[in-house]
Amino acid sequence: MSDLALDISLTVNGERVSERVEARKSLVDFLREDLGLTGSHVGCEHGVCGACTMRVNGEIVRGCLMLAVQCDGATVETIEGLSDSGEVADLQAAFEQRNALQCGYCTPGMIAAAQDLLKRAKETKSVPSRDEIREHLSGNYCRCTGYHAIVDAVGFVAQARAGGKK
Amino acid sequence: MKITDDSPSVLSALDRPNSYIGRSVPRPNLQRLTQGRGQYVSDVTLPRMSHVAYLRSPHAHARIVSIKADAAKKAPGVIAVVTGAELAKVMTPWVGVLTHLKGLKSAPQYPIAVDVACWQGEAVAAVVARSRAEAEDACELVEVTYEELPAVVDPETALDAKTPVIHAALGDNLCFERKLDVGAVDKAFAESDAVVETTFMFGRHTGVTTEPRAVVADWNEGEQRLTVYQGTQAPHMMQNLFAKHLSLAEHQVRVLTKDVGGSFGIKVHTYADEMATVALSKLLKRPVKFVADRIESFVTDIHARDHRIKAKIGVNNDGTITAFEIDDLTGIGPYSVYPRTSGIEANQVVNLTGGPYTCPNYRAQARVVFQNKNVMCQYRAVGHPIAVAVTEGLVELAAAKIGMDPLEIRRRNLIADDAYPCASAAGLKFEKLSHHESLAHLDTMMNYAGLRAEQKKLRAQGIYRGIGFASFIEVTNPSAAFYGVGGARITSQDGATVKLDAQGALIVATGVTEQGQGAEAVIAQCVATSFGVSIDKVRVITGDTDNTPYGGGTWASRAAGIGGEAAWQAGKALRGNVLAVAGAMLQAKPEELDIRNGIVVDKVKGTERLSLDELARVAYFRPDTLPPGFQAELMATRHYVPRAWPFAFTNGIQASYLEVDTDTGFVKLLKHWCVEDCGTIINPQLVDEQIRGGVVQGIGAALFEQCLYDERGQMLNGNMADYLVPMAAEMPDIECGHVVSPTADSELGAKGAGEAGTAGAPACVMNAINDALRPLGAQPVTDMPFTPGKILRALGKV
Repeated sequence: MSDLALDISLTVNGERVSERVEARKSLVDFLREDLGLTGSHVGCEHGVCGACTMRVNGEIVRGCLMLAVQCDGATVETIEGLSDSGEVADLQAAFEQRNALQCGYCTPGMIAAAQDLLKRAKETKSVPSRDEIREHLSGNYCRCTGYHAIVDAVGFVAQARAGGKK
Repeated sequence: MKITDDSPSVLSALDRPNSYIGRSVPRPNLQRLTQGRGQYVSDVTLPRMSHVAYLRSPHAHARIVSIKADAAKKAPGVIAVVTGAELAKVMTPWVGVLTHLKGLKSAPQYPIAVDVACWQGEAVAAVVARSRAEAEDACELVEVTYEELPAVVDPETALDAKTPVIHAALGDNLCFERKLDVGAVDKAFAESDAVVETTFMFGRHTGVTTEPRAVVADWNEGEQRLTVYQGTQAPHMMQNLFAKHLSLAEHQVRVLTKDVGGSFGIKVHTYADEMATVALSKLLKRPVKFVADRIESFVTDIHARDHRIKAKIGVNNDGTITAFEIDDLTGIGPYSVYPRTSGIEANQVVNLTGGPYTCPNYRAQARVVFQNKNVMCQYRAVGHPIAVAVTEGLVELAAAKIGMDPLEIRRRNLIADDAYPCASAAGLKFEKLSHHESLAHLDTMMNYAGLRAEQKKLRAQGIYRGIGFASFIEVTNPSAAFYGVGGARITSQDGATVKLDAQGALIVATGVTEQGQGAEAVIAQCVATSFGVSIDKVRVITGDTDNTPYGGGTWASRAAGIGGEAAWQAGKALRGNVLAVAGAMLQAKPEELDIRNGIVVDKVKGTERLSLDELARVAYFRPDTLPPGFQAELMATRHYVPRAWPFAFTNGIQASYLEVDTDTGFVKLLKHWCVEDCGTIINPQLVDEQIRGGVVQGIGAALFEQCLYDERGQMLNGNMADYLVPMAAEMPDIECGHVVSPTADSELGAKGAGEAGTAGAPACVMNAINDALRPLGAQPVTDMPFTPGKILRALGKV
């Protein structure tokens, strides 16, 4: 039983949000239920499947392992924000061209995780190998694709961003 | 017959101008999914919507003595607490039997347990509240008194006289039994140069769809109509079942299926908690939402594959396989799942074992028993992974015994490519398969000789790599022989309706459903090609029983082969109708016109005559200008069901290359290959991705996945931390190749491709592990999943 609710203010996809939330509510439930941001998906609610991967203060997190009240003052970016800003447009296009998604339920989290890898790669001026891509995405469960197409799509964008491919 | 490798095929019979058949066009529905703008059932909210949480039995088998709900009913946000007995007044129970599986029996199952709970996880009460959290809070306040009953857990002893009978009215714990004896099995074994016997074990595992099962039921008392938003593979089947068990007419029920977060056979069954949710909506006269959480998914989503198979093969020194014999025992939980039954998997094992080979002597026994564990039923590739692992495991053990190369023994026994049509020892009818062509293609594609040389070289360095194969057949495009003949209202036919809109674009409604496999793309490709427009002018509607033709949905690899053909024919029919309008407008003979790239042209010269936009304008807004008595019909429907063959069998062969760490028992998958023949390939990319995803699902079964139960029927690893699934880092790249033998049963010639990967992968991973370990004198491993511990035991290291 929880009567405890707290007021939080945060920035979600560039918009300032102030809400009263139950202390026990996870970040992903808050985003989905209170803000209607259903692009972040709930797969396991115990931090294994990665379907709720999103960005908080620039780092990818599991939306199910963080409480909404922990995000007071934070900057949260979900797939809706990443899409609208165009930040992951090339990744999305590559996923579509390569059919790197089937049911699409894991895809928002997968793209957030892939974008994290590609950002790191840019900082170190490196292009991740297939094995490195597989390793980085190893916390994001996909039952449909068998991962091969996802690795292809992320690899393609990694090359393209490094100037290797168009 | 012709070989293609990840490249568009050229299909003369379907070679219309601007044909999309054989082209890897991207799926039309992907952008909304990559942007997080899909609509899964778990995303659906409705006015006045309430949420249900189910209180589930902590015992595998227990009498429900009493349920005290007073405190729960007073809890914040609670709308109702409902027991099984109360809900039984709203919804009738069901029994999962099919008449063509002779003797199959089961007990009535209720949406919520009445009197007795038969597995750990069965719902015993429902709490409906304003939010799921409040419903879960109140569940903790419901006091249930149980009298624990002895749990039947081990299939091996389920039929023993001293084992309690789960459903007394059934008399025993036997659900279904089948025996088959073809040829002269005993004589063949007696005369064989060698006989190999072993026992194969298959771990009980489950689908772990990324989106758990989800349903929003909305009974509108004012309309006397039920609308159910459900992540399902078979909307029309569910429409029938909801209506039947709520005593409604089917037209009072609408099932809507938008995006579905993974299915694989998990979402094609009747689940007690989903039925209960629908009944609760009727009872409470308001929308009720149920989304299984991951913990309850593990104990309620159907499990599959829990089989123990004693198996035997006879072989001569020249490689001739003389006989197969299997004895299958499987425990399917306390109920045969409705309406497809839990007898199908064992039945398939009997049907499919030995299927690729000419061997005429085959004996099989299968027994399906009840137990107090979660229910088992059809999951991707139903029975195939078991039959293929048994067959191919035996074939490679036999090859090793007589010292023959594993591909060579297959060459000597696979049904010849020019032997069709023919039948297997079990009686399966094959129209046209290509085992030898597929094998030859695989041999080249993987550079088998080169890999063997590499393997030999590395062995000298103490590195143990293995190569394993699996030839297979796959049941696709099922006719009514699967379910309809057994009395189930599960249709095998499917339909498509194509409508020309007022700007010359097409709207297609189809009875098949999109589970992510790309059905919408395939349907659009078929219609765009047979009608004659570019694919961006085709919009596909699926998953709505009010607005799509009556159809079966997606299961048994039927959507492309059956739904695609219906769409192809509907597109053709509408082309005829449109050309009749064009003929009237142009004062030309319709048969001398065609539609190409959205424009009516002279069939022979290709001269452009009329745009579809203009044709639609006239037909819809100026019909007064058309000849008297002429009526334009700009909507056409066609249906299709396979008639010439009960099933369109496909075939193929897979190979696995892996390395076993003999110190830790870990298996590293290096590469996987699959050559398969699904007939006409409508979209090569989608076929390959079905193969790849299927292979990885099969690898999960081979290496990781198992629902572990203790002796009291408690599932021990029902969460994603303890139940391992394949993740990206452990999976290999998968190379696909194709041989194309179209079925003549349809104009399109497409067979199914959805399950081939899962069918063959466990077998070839098993064979590759045994190939790697053979020089070390290890006992062959035959007990899936092949965990490091089992491999170390096989090596005698622990």
